[in-house]
This record gives sequence, C-alpha cells and structure tokens, in this order.
Amino acid sequence: MSIAITTQFICFTVLSLVVIIGALGVVLLESIVYSAFLLGGVFMSVAGLYLLLNASFVAAAQVLVYVGAVNVLIIFAIMLVNKKEDFKPINDIKSRRIISTSICLTLLTLLIRVDLTNVWSLSNPQNSIGEESTIRIGEHLFSDYLLPFEVASVLLLMAMIGAIVLARRDVMNKDISTGLPVDQELIEKSSEPLLTNKN
Amino acid sequence: MEYGLDLEYSFNEFLKSFGLSSEIAHIIWLPLPMLLVLVAAVVGVLVTVWLERKISAAAQQRIGPEYAGALGVLQPIADGLKLLVKEDIIPAKADGILFTAGPILVLVPVILSWLIVPFGQNLLISNVGIGIFLWISLSSIQPIGLLMSGYASNNKYSLLGGLRAAAQSISYEIPLALSVLAIVLMTNSLSTIDIVNQQSGAGILSWNIWRQPVGFIVFWICALAECERLPFDLPEAEEELVAGYQTEYAGMKFALFYLGSYINLILSALLVSILYLGGWGFPIPVELIAKFLNLPINAPFIQVFTASIGIVMTVLKAYLLVFIAILLRWTTPRVRIDQLLDLGWKFLLPISLANLLITAGLKLAFPQFFGG
Repeated sequence: MSIAITTQFICFTVLSLVVIIGALGVVLLESIVYSAFLLGGVFMSVAGLYLLLNASFVAAAQVLVYVGAVNVLIIFAIMLVNKKEDFKPINDIKSRRIISTSICLTLLTLLIRVDLTNVWSLSNPQNSIGEESTIRIGEHLFSDYLLPFEVASVLLLMAMIGAIVLARRDVMNKDISTGLPVDQELIEKSSEPLLTNKN
Repeated sequence: MEYGLDLEYSFNEFLKSFGLSSEIAHIIWLPLPMLLVLVAAVVGVLVTVWLERKISAAAQQRIGPEYAGALGVLQPIADGLKLLVKEDIIPAKADGILFTAGPILVLVPVILSWLIVPFGQNLLISNVGIGIFLWISLSSIQPIGLLMSGYASNNKYSLLGGLRAAAQSISYEIPLALSVLAIVLMTNSLSTIDIVNQQSGAGILSWNIWRQPVGFIVFWICALAECERLPFDLPEAEEELVAGYQTEYAGMKFALFYLGSYINLILSALLVSILYLGGWGFPIPVELIAKFLNLPINAPFIQVFTASIGIVMTVLKAYLLVFIAILLRWTTPRVRIDQLLDLGWKFLLPISLANLLITAGLKLAFPQFFGG
C-alpha cells in the first residue's frame, strides 16, 4: 500500500467513526448544548468525507451552510432560551421509545438495502473532475437544476416573511383572514427598568 | 504566467539525489511550508502587538514600551512568556471540556486559512481550486468557538459577549462574501493566485481597488468587524461586559484568543491586499523594469529578486492596512449594538448587493476592463 492510500484509509476510518459516534451522541446525550456542539462536529466530519471524495467545493459549502449557519443558529437559539426547566415525566415513555427505535431501524435497513443493491458508478482518478467541479455545479444550477434552485429560493423567502410576521406581532397584531387580534404570548413582555429605585 | 521558482521541485530533487524515494521526499517536504507559515504568522503577531503598543502610545502622547530591547521591540515576547508561565485556571463552576475546546476552535480555522495566502507565484502552501471560498467557509466556524467559550465560562458577561460575537460575525459575513463574489466574478476563478494575476497587467493602475472601490470599503469594514476590532469590538466592550467571552480565561487559553484575534487581523489585511491591492505585485510591473534594463526575466537572480520583491510588497501592503486598523482602533469610539446591526443589514448588505449587480452589468458591457 502506498503512503497516499494509507493516509486516505486512516482519514476515512477516523472521520466515519467521528460521524457515527457523534451522531449517536447528538441523539443520546441528555444535555442539549452538548448535542448541538456535537452536531457541529458531525457536520465537520461529513465535510471531511467530501474532501476525501475530491469534492472540495461541496465540502466548503457544507462547512459554510451547515456549520457556519445552521449549527450556529441552533446554538444561538438554545442559548437565548436557556431556561432551567424540569420536564414533566411522560407516562408511556417506554412504548414511545420502542416505536421511535423501530422507525429509525427500519429507515436504517432501507438505507443499507439501497446502498447494497444500487450499482454505484465509481469514478476512477482519470475521469474525476476534481477542481473543475465548481464550474460544473454552476452550469447545472443554471440549466437542468434551475427550477429546484428557484423553488428553494422562494421557500427561503416564505420562511423569511413568516419569521418577520412572527417577530413583529406588535405591528401586525390582527389576523389577516379573520380580523381577530392574535395572541401576543411570543412577544417579550416589557421588562422593568433596571436602574429605577423600587423601594 | 507559468514561471517562477519551484522550491518544492528543487527540494525534492535535492533529497532524491541522496537516494530517497519521491514519496519520502514529499513527506519530508510537506511540513516545511506549514511550519514556515506558522512561524510567519506568530512573528507577524509579535510585530503587530509591538506596533499596536507603540502607535497607541503615540496616539495618546505617551512613550509606550521602551525598556525591553531597543524601542521596546522585545515587549511582545515578554508578554507572551508571561502568559506562557501563568497558571491555567478553569473556574470551578465552568464546563471543563467546552471551556478548553472553545479557544482551540477559535484559533484553528484562522491558522488553516493561511493555506491560501500567496506571497508569490508559487509561494503559498496550497493552490486549492476553491481558494478564497475556503477562507469564507473557515471563518464561519469561529462563532461556534466563541459561543462555546461564552457558554462554558458560566458567567453572564461571557455569555452575552459570546452571543454578541456570534451575531456580529454572522451579520458581517454576508456583505463580506458578496464583495468577494464581485472580485471572483471579475476573475472567473476562486483561486487567490488567479485573483492576483488578473491584477498584474499594468501595475498599480490595474489593481482591483480602482475597479471595485465600493467593494474595497465594504470588505474592509466587514473584515474589521469580523476581527472584532474597535469600532466594532462590542463582544469584548470593557465598560459593559468586562472582557466579553474572554472574561474567565487566563494563561495560555487567553493567549490563544489573543493570538487568534491578531492572526485574524493580519490575515484580513493580507487578504485585502491580495483581493484589492494587487497582492505581490510591484506598483510598476517587474517585467517592464526588466525589459527596460534589458535583463532576461527567466534568469535565476532576477527570479530570486522578483520573489523577494513579491514577499516584501505583500507584507508591506498588509502592514499598511494593519497600521490603518490600529489608528482606527485608537481614534474612533465604539458603535452601539443597534448601530452595528443597522450598519450591517441596512447599509452594507444592500450596497454590496448593488455592487455585485453593477459589477455583473459592467462585466457584460466592458469585458476587456472587468474580466471577460
């Protein structure tokens, strides 16, 4: 085995282990903050796997979108609402756990089956596009994948407008269709000024 | 433009002449440029810290450091040694693992970004195809480290500082990326080497700053905000938050934050000089001078000469920008958090979007000036 192949093998083993163990940690850990940070680690290792596959643009995009935006937002949300809250015990927790485990296991077997039955067209080093992939991705986005691309942007626009409507309940305080006042619970109650003399 | 010294090739040939296989030679070669860049980054930080102390002293009519070495040049080394031998404290109620991982997550992406900083035609660690995009995506990891250390310190000032830092770097990343995108549009490539070569046609006249003045200003403001330098140092505003996310840190862990912020400042200055000020290019093209003096451009001593001019020019431009950043820090007041977010979202974002649109239009209208 040449040095390059050995390095690749070691990297692949380490990254896969981090992905699997990290993902298990995200699901199984009690502390939600640890879960969120581990999720970032999982995203990073997936980016590493993309790098091993010679897809450097996809790897960088993965880091930028999933680690830099999605994960930061998740952590942000957790830290803004970091209330110590005692959750109510759920009565039928056991049956719920069994159901969710079986659903996950079914999904896993489905994925494994797809992986084993599908014939993957592996590219050999001669015809892999490597560095040129950025250009190819751009070409695809503006030709045959134009419609999904535009639909995704419309979806993002809708999400953005929805977020603004939720955040500005004080301005838009009437339901558009029925005309009834909406419930204002999501809005922060006006807090007492800190520096006044309360006595 | 396929010329220049290929140090890697000659080094490998040199090792092979001792009977080593090419793979072993490659493995011996690999750590050398990385170590060199790491050393360059740390020395750059020492110089910047000294400059910061001296320039701040001058701005406030003090003398500044003067006893440690001539003009106090050894002061930063003394500072570093002091931090190195200080006790490493983890507060009792802090979260040990996250508290330790935070500073590392802040420093590592910044150092990794030096991968793409070119000091000459072949003088960079790796000419990766995604080039400048690598820096943008790596710099988006930093907020996680800041949030992590802010949370793990178990201190409300730290948490507020971490949240502010994350909010700030998320909002300023977007105009930053958009102004880089305008440059990439003109270059037709993400590689930093191509970006510099595209500006090397007519010396100082072909630098991107003339074609992208708005992009230059937006990029510089955003880079200062990403480095958390005054006027944008809200995450560590002393009067309000003690020291923000760094409050509970001491010793080497604090030094990692300190190093990270200064390495980031130098990196930003280097990238501004690469993207807008012609990188390693001399204000008058070296080829023109060589032709004027009737010297062959491919002769070895000319090659060594141009390579050293390239390094000197890159460092000179970067330190000019560092000087401006230091002057700004010691002469401007801090903005408020709402002003900061207003500036980012309501001013810089629309302006950089318009800049991108106009650049695309100009590229179609005048392909010979704006890259065809």
